[in-house]
Amino acid sequence: MKYKTYVWVWVGLVILTGLTVSMAGMNLGRLSIAMVLAIAAIKSGLVLGYFMHLRYETGLLFKLMIPIVLAALTIFIGLTFTDIAFR
Amino acid sequence: MWLFLLSEILLFGGLFILYSSYRYKNPLDFHLAAWELNRALGTINTLILITSSLFVALSIFFVRKGNRQLSSLFLFATIFLGVLFLGIKYVEWTAKIGHGLYPNSPRLLGRSNGEILFFGLYYSMTGLHGLHVLVGIFILSVMLILTIKGKIDEKHFIPLENSGLYWHLVDIIWIFLFPLFYLIT
Repeated sequence: MKYKTYVWVWVGLVILTGLTVSMAGMNLGRLSIAMVLAIAAIKSGLVLGYFMHLRYETGLLFKLMIPIVLAALTIFIGLTFTDIAFR
Repeated sequence: MWLFLLSEILLFGGLFILYSSYRYKNPLDFHLAAWELNRALGTINTLILITSSLFVALSIFFVRKGNRQLSSLFLFATIFLGVLFLGIKYVEWTAKIGHGLYPNSPRLLGRSNGEILFFGLYYSMTGLHGLHVLVGIFILSVMLILTIKGKIDEKHFIPLENSGLYWHLVDIIWIFLFPLFYLIT
C-alpha cells in the first residue's frame, strides 16, 4: 500500500462530496434521496476499504462482520417501515 | 476495536431509523426545516473531516515506515482539523440558537410538529456526533504524546491504528449525517 493510494482515495471523496452538493441544487425529486444515499454509501465504502484497509484484511469472519451488521440494520429499517406504512 | 465500531454503527443506525420514519411522516416539514441549515458550513465541515481522515491514515502509514516525525506532524494536523470542525459546529449552533431555534424554545414550539422533530433530531444527532469528535480529539492527542515520546513506533503502532479506525468511523457517520440534514430538501 502506497501513500499515493490514500491521496487518490481522498481526491475521490472530495469529488463525490462536490457531486452530492451540486446535485442537491437540482430538482430531482424522489430520485435525489436515492442518489444522495448511494453516493454516501460509495464514500463510506472508500473509507472502509482503503482508509480502514478492510479490503486488505484476511479472515472470513472479519469480512462477514460488516455485511452482517448492515443486514441487521436493513431488516430493522424494513420492519419499521412496514409498521409505519400499514398502520 | 472492530466490535466496538460495529456497536457504534448500530447506535447511530437506530437514530437514522428514527430520522427516516419521522421524515416519512412529515416530508414537507423536514423539507422546509432543512432549508434553514447552513449548507456552506456543512460542506466545509465535510471536507475538513475527509481531509482529517486522510491525515490520520498518512500518520499511521509513516509510523509504520519508521518516520515518527512525519507521523506526529500528520497526527497534529488531524487534531487541528478536528478542533476546526468543532469550532465551525459551534458557530453553526450559536447562530441557530441566536435565531431562537433550540429544543423547547418558544419560537420552535410555535412551529409545526415536523419542524420541531427535525430540529430535535438535528441537535441530538449532530450533538452525539460532536461528542464523538471530542473524544476522538482527546484520544488522538494522547497518541500524539505517545508518538513524540517514542512509545509508538514502527513496532508498536496498534493503539494508533485503533484510534485511526475510530476516527474514520466518526468520518463515515458524518458522511451520512451531512446529506440527510443539509442536502435532501
